Amino acid sequence: MLFMAVLVELTSLGEEPWLRILFGVSALNFTLRSAIPLILGALSGILCERSGIINIGIEGMMLAGAFAGFVAKTATNDWPLMASLLFSVLMALLIGGAMGFLHASLSIRFRMDQIISGTVIIILAAGLSAYLYDRDAIAEGKFSPLALPFLSEIPVLGSVLFDKPLLTYLALLLVVVLHIALFHTRWGLRTRAVGEHPRAADTEGINVNRLRYINTTLGGMLAGLAGAYLVLEAVGQFQEGMTAGRGFISLAAMIFGNWTPFGALGAATLFGYTQALQNELLLAGVTNVPRQFISMLPYAITIIAVTGFVGRVRPPAAIGKTYDTEGGKE
Amino acid sequence: MSEASSVLEVRNVCKRFKGVVANDNVSLSLKPGEILALLGENGAGKSTLMNIVYGLYQPTSGSLQVRGREVRIRSPRDAIRLGIGMVHQHFQLVPVMTVVENVMLGSEVTSQGLLDRERVAEQILRLSQEYHLEVDPSALVEDLPVGIRQRVEIIKALYRQADILILDEPTAVLTPQEVDGLFAVMDLLRGQGKSIIFITHKLKEVLRIADRIAVLRRGAVVGEADPHAATEAHLANLMVGREVLLQVEKSEAHPGDVVLETRELQAANDLGEVCLEGVNLQVRAGEIVGVAGVQGNGQTELVEVLTGLRPAARGQVRMNGLDLTNASPREVSEEGQCGHVPEDRHTYGMVSSYSVAENLVLTAYAKPPFAKGVSVQQAAIESHATELVDQYDVRTPSVRVSGGSLSGGNQQKMVIAREFSRPLKLLIAAQPTRGVDVGSIEFIHQQIVAKRDEGVGVLLVSAELDEILSLADRIVVMYRGAIIGEVSREQATRQQLGLLMAGVRSADAGTPSERQ
Amino acid sequence: MWLSGDDPWLAYQGLFQGAFGSGRAWSTTVRKMIPFILTGLSVALAFKAGLFNIGASGQFVMGSVFSVAVGIHFEGLPMLLHLPLALLAGMLGGILWGAIPGILKVTTGAHEVIVTIMLNYVAALFAGWTVYAGGTQGQTPGPLWDPTARAISETPDVLESAQLPWLFGPPYRIHYGVFIALAVVVVIWWLMSKTTLGFEIRTAGQNPKAARYAGIRVERTVVLTMALAGGLAGLAGAIETLGLNHKFAPEFGGQVGFDGITVALLGQTHPFGVVLASFLFGALDAGAAKMQFESGVAADIIQVIQALVLAFVAAPMIIRTLLRLKSREGEDGGLSMNTRWGNS
Repeated sequence: MLFMAVLVELTSLGEEPWLRILFGVSALNFTLRSAIPLILGALSGILCERSGIINIGIEGMMLAGAFAGFVAKTATNDWPLMASLLFSVLMALLIGGAMGFLHASLSIRFRMDQIISGTVIIILAAGLSAYLYDRDAIAEGKFSPLALPFLSEIPVLGSVLFDKPLLTYLALLLVVVLHIALFHTRWGLRTRAVGEHPRAADTEGINVNRLRYINTTLGGMLAGLAGAYLVLEAVGQFQEGMTAGRGFISLAAMIFGNWTPFGALGAATLFGYTQALQNELLLAGVTNVPRQFISMLPYAITIIAVTGFVGRVRPPAAIGKTYDTEGGKE
Repeated sequence: MSEASSVLEVRNVCKRFKGVVANDNVSLSLKPGEILALLGENGAGKSTLMNIVYGLYQPTSGSLQVRGREVRIRSPRDAIRLGIGMVHQHFQLVPVMTVVENVMLGSEVTSQGLLDRERVAEQILRLSQEYHLEVDPSALVEDLPVGIRQRVEIIKALYRQADILILDEPTAVLTPQEVDGLFAVMDLLRGQGKSIIFITHKLKEVLRIADRIAVLRRGAVVGEADPHAATEAHLANLMVGREVLLQVEKSEAHPGDVVLETRELQAANDLGEVCLEGVNLQVRAGEIVGVAGVQGNGQTELVEVLTGLRPAARGQVRMNGLDLTNASPREVSEEGQCGHVPEDRHTYGMVSSYSVAENLVLTAYAKPPFAKGVSVQQAAIESHATELVDQYDVRTPSVRVSGGSLSGGNQQKMVIAREFSRPLKLLIAAQPTRGVDVGSIEFIHQQIVAKRDEGVGVLLVSAELDEILSLADRIVVMYRGAIIGEVSREQATRQQLGLLMAGVRSADAGTPSERQ
Repeated sequence: MWLSGDDPWLAYQGLFQGAFGSGRAWSTTVRKMIPFILTGLSVALAFKAGLFNIGASGQFVMGSVFSVAVGIHFEGLPMLLHLPLALLAGMLGGILWGAIPGILKVTTGAHEVIVTIMLNYVAALFAGWTVYAGGTQGQTPGPLWDPTARAISETPDVLESAQLPWLFGPPYRIHYGVFIALAVVVVIWWLMSKTTLGFEIRTAGQNPKAARYAGIRVERTVVLTMALAGGLAGLAGAIETLGLNHKFAPEFGGQVGFDGITVALLGQTHPFGVVLASFLFGALDAGAAKMQFESGVAADIIQVIQALVLAFVAAPMIIRTLLRLKSREGEDGGLSMNTRWGNS
């Protein structure tokens, strides 16, 4: 796709409106922009589900993070911009993490069905953010692009990949970090074991539920970061229900990517691309298909993705099941 | 028996679950370099006791001593630190991980924060040479046959430098020849000064390998025995607490018409791999055909294909002369007049949350008198249940309590009652006595023989060679998705069946081929 | 609440008055129960089959749109024909929208949670298109758009022959839909507890493998249940449209799907329980506006209350822990479903 973009930008192919729509720099920029929250959401899902906790509540955690980031930002508008932004990100992480911890407690400590628990998170986040939202508050300023020296000067590629705001870099970095952590560290090995066969992990002296608490809380933080990205980097403001299903699309990206960070990156990029496509098509006005149908694209693609691929991927085996250590049942 | 000479002392341990006593004042001692056999039937409390020693359960009262020191083992982590290793009855291995990953899990070796897989692989190779436990460290566990998985489990314990090894029913999944191999390894370990607790309910094995025998019944130690002096009958008596019929009494079979026939039956397992490769099988009315084989050689899938739960890729199934290839479960049970006692009663055979009465009409709820049109007839369902509960000796306070609240043996009798009380020409029983107490086993065996004598054809699939040997009139052995051989009951020997189970046809010579 | 500086006492007072303070308040409470009952039943029915229907809002919207499409046409048809036709059309819309995730689940293993949520967005967009007022760039307006509404995206009013009549005159805004809803409750109760189909649905939900073993066609049961659940939510949309709004605009629908989940859980998935839960929610909803007016507490707080109610209901252990009761042995908290992504 990048290759086509280079061609489109630098050669006469750029005069074809359809090719511009499909592969223009603007399409690619938009792709990445829409993909970032999906990537973070999918990583959040991977963290939880690899340890055996289904996280249908990503949507709610994202919204809570977005709202927390927004409130923190509006409260610190008079701070230096960077300090205020970083503080807001921190608050988003904190609240996202708290939502993750709540999900973990409901499903582990209180043995609630994990899908219902996730639904509680979603309703709670939607309700609280709507209730507490001050419609007059305005967040001033957001993360601006940071051009990486040299790399950003590469034609096309440079502006698409290396001239981005902070959280974009962070999200991409997290993909690599999580991949290494999951497959090459002690924590990752234990996480995967707990998600696949908790009893086996337990008999090796691993505290299954503690690991699940940690992972779900971390997952909540990542979803919160996705929310922070929306408010502090992409949009700059908060709107009620602004996550608009991104949490669920993230889940689809996680499934589509077979519960691996790089797979999720690929799937999130694909979904981001459909959103970009929707955007470009609407802007270009090259088709008279009603705009509502064009807007259905990301959702339709998500459905197609889960229908076409679920059969071929393999979720962690112990997912969705409460784990009781054998002891303590007296 | 002074204290210092034992590596492990269990003293007056009691364990209660929900008011049920699982271990009642148990005391045991294990000496260095000995194999102590812990003998008892299902539910006698053997596994509970060992889970206490391994830190998975906490005792309600009593104490443990390791190498003369009083200890509290709060978790497996404590047990591992004390040099206790356990090979669980259901292997505690993560199927999608490699042998290396499974072995290091919980005791990881890292360099600069990253897992050091090479170093662990080297250690595994060293251990496997030392103890003749051949295994490929980089193989995925799910690709390994059960015999090899067990080696991985043993290596796991040795890697953690265990010198007290608990083996929980290790022979249940092995062929007789693999059992020989395991015993050789145990012998080797004993020679190196390791102490082993060997849990089993099989009398013959105990007499072969153990240095000392402790018998558990209803949670208490009811006796110790010397393997050189004890007899099977004596041990069985101790284990069950009364005279046990070691053989089922049955008369000569009088086989009639063919009621089940398969031709070149092929099918795939859940992962899409071929698991049945052309099965040809015949069952006649009035005979019991036993299907023997090591777990995972296609027996489960064969039963599923026959009963309509799994599609056949190729081949044919005929019941009562009707072609029922890929028929639905209902067609199989109604047109094929086939009863099915499923291998896993919790997954297939019953709905735990349903009442006993509802479970007893699970397959017949839509037929009169249990339904009139679309309307369910509760009264008819309950009176039917009352009758069956009586007839099949299902011990339950009422037919309205949930099926899940019954004991394993009574749940199985409930399933048996439902399946046996219909008009049958064919009966497919898979592991009909798994997880069931001896009393229920005897009852179920009698019922199966009674069905045969009524002229029903019985296909009996069992992992227990003894069960097959005592019930079957004809025995077929499955190996890698095909029937590798057939023997009549009179000619069958354990040795010969064991070779077949390992994939060696009687015509072949030499050693059993390894399944790698 | 006191965190935001509002007077909780005033708020409760307002809430109570808005719900039960007058005959009019009562009629509002009862009217608001109708969609809760039907979407609650929709979710509860799916739960019984081990399915999680988060798609009630999409099904509701499709029900509204389909019923309007019939309701604004067929001039001159007698009410006896037109009204049932419009209601059936609404059900059909919901059935379609519910059957899709069911069919996808059994054929491809796609988890119904993701599919129903995505279909909610698709339904909202589809409904938006049908009433689309046309764009500045000359796009064609939607097929159900009311040209007399000019730039506003909404349908014309449904013909009188397709409107559910009011039960009493003004100011009591309550219509005959309440009887339909209660009749449906009884039918669903009978279906689930007294018929072989109910037995099949429950068995498929409790243990799908045992259901297959017992000769139940689980795939068919799943599709049927989802279609039926969709039909109930669709009927809710139709009744709201034909009884109250008399037209469709994109803003009708909103939260109704998630409310259905909460109601179903609060009612322990029992049809009669759903009615009680709906009563509570109807009252909360009816009182919320008055509460906001009287005390300044934003009506959005109701949503927070609902989430808390859900949490307490779905996890009985929370209550037990709060009350320091010793939990009974081996008992699982609340409901549980086939909570796995794959189709095993």
